[in-house]
Amino acid sequence: MSEPVLKVDKLRKSYGSEVVLEDISFSVPVHTATVFIGSSGSGKSTLLRCINLLDQVDDGSIKLDGEDITAVDADVDKVRRKLGIVFQSFNLFPHMKVIDNITLAPIKVQGISKEVARDSAYKLLDRFGLREKAEDYPDRLSGGQQQRVAIIRSIAVAPRLLLLDEITSALDPVLVNEVLSTVRDLKMEGMTMVLATHEMGFAKQVADEVCFLHHGKILEWGTPAQILESPEKLETKEFLKRVHEAGRL
Amino acid sequence: MGRSSESNSGDAPYDFGGEWTPSQLEKDRRIARKARNTRNAWVAVSSSIFVIGGLALFVVTSPGWKSLSDTFFAWAYGVEVLPKIILGFGTNVMLTLIASTCVATFGLSIALIRTSRSPALAPFRILATIYVDVFRGIPMLLVILLVGFGIPALRIQGLTNNVLILGTIAVVITYTAYVAEVIRSGILTIHPSQRAAARSLGLSHFQSLRHVVLPQAFRRVTPPLLNDLVALIKDTGLVSILGVTDAVRAAQIASSRSFNYTPYVMAAIIFLLVTIPLTRFTDRTLRRSIERQNATGVA
Repeated sequence: MSEPVLKVDKLRKSYGSEVVLEDISFSVPVHTATVFIGSSGSGKSTLLRCINLLDQVDDGSIKLDGEDITAVDADVDKVRRKLGIVFQSFNLFPHMKVIDNITLAPIKVQGISKEVARDSAYKLLDRFGLREKAEDYPDRLSGGQQQRVAIIRSIAVAPRLLLLDEITSALDPVLVNEVLSTVRDLKMEGMTMVLATHEMGFAKQVADEVCFLHHGKILEWGTPAQILESPEKLETKEFLKRVHEAGRL
Repeated sequence: MGRSSESNSGDAPYDFGGEWTPSQLEKDRRIARKARNTRNAWVAVSSSIFVIGGLALFVVTSPGWKSLSDTFFAWAYGVEVLPKIILGFGTNVMLTLIASTCVATFGLSIALIRTSRSPALAPFRILATIYVDVFRGIPMLLVILLVGFGIPALRIQGLTNNVLILGTIAVVITYTAYVAEVIRSGILTIHPSQRAAARSLGLSHFQSLRHVVLPQAFRRVTPPLLNDLVALIKDTGLVSILGVTDAVRAAQIASSRSFNYTPYVMAAIIFLLVTIPLTRFTDRTLRRSIERQNATGVA
């Protein structure tokens, strides 16, 4: 078996005296998706921020393609070039057209020529049905379209691993589906992903492994069927019951 | 009842495929609105005439008006000295152009130093902070006097004694401190998530600044920067204290020769001819940027 793309080992993170993540260990093989579920404040977003080196870990290690990215001398910019992240709040650059949002990193970071970068950006926009929005500014787009552009922007640099941080939480219910179907397409194409989500139905569809985070610890993990349909821990059951009541299952 | 079948569709301001004509209810509302607007316009005009006309009458009928208008509004003499004042104003314009270029460059550098986190820049951060604190807190006239008379007094070989250059340096020193703070506040208003998004795409610290943070920051601070430009144009008149022959100095010379103050009024008019259009332009820019921000929301 080949080496996993991501291997997190005994990760710990705290803000001051508050421990947010404790003893987090998991690995993500290539072409698979690991989904983190758990209530707000359980540490899902912090975990993704740690993997992307936006936050510094307190202990433990994170290995990307076997390379320890938490090492003191790790090249942060180089690590981030191998990672894509999509945020809950889109974070598109409002002063740039859609096409320039997408081609900024390929041109400036990867040194690809403008023509080639625009060409592949147009191909991506075509594939996800956003071609006619290429010359628009982000504020002319719906929330769902903005989030799809944000996804395209993050995969335009061909990342090894894509991190998706509750990407549908800021969207109208009717717009959620178009974003989720974009992610499903990426999964089918073999993108390796780590997701934090509240959408259990979606988790069931794309996840190879589901981890339930509770107060900063992975309480239970396994296949989607195991965790979402017949969980063993009381806390997992209660969480799923609450989600079910909120109509998200 | 969305669609009334009444005719008169040619007058409708909103044409939804020619099928919609306003209902009687909407037509009545429009008539009432129009009447109200007309009434408001009349009230505004008559109250303006009353207030402004009253003030003018009060001034013109005052006992000293005759002698005052002889001293300040001797137009014939004003026109006679106008060329000299305009020539002097050329100095103000040149000083403004040179100073604003320098101020923009240095102001941006200091703003970038103050917002940086790099440990290597720590001493520069401290120096920049002290510089801004000191020169924002001293009246510009004092800076001009200190630079204009202080530097020549050092008698260091190679340092200029040219009052125009010294005056420009003093203006640049003061305004750089103001402008650096305006730009810095603009940088700080850009939400950290924008930088996080740029950094997570692999852009370096400098690239994130250059392509993501600064373009947005500059858009936000354009109106206050234009305000500072208007203030700068006026404040170039202060270098006349060093003996630079600008518009103010030229007016001073002309007025002391004749004991008539009309040259000052002429100089004031020339300044207004430049600053008023610029102020209007600034207002328009500000209004547009507010509209844009309201339209953008929290994208």
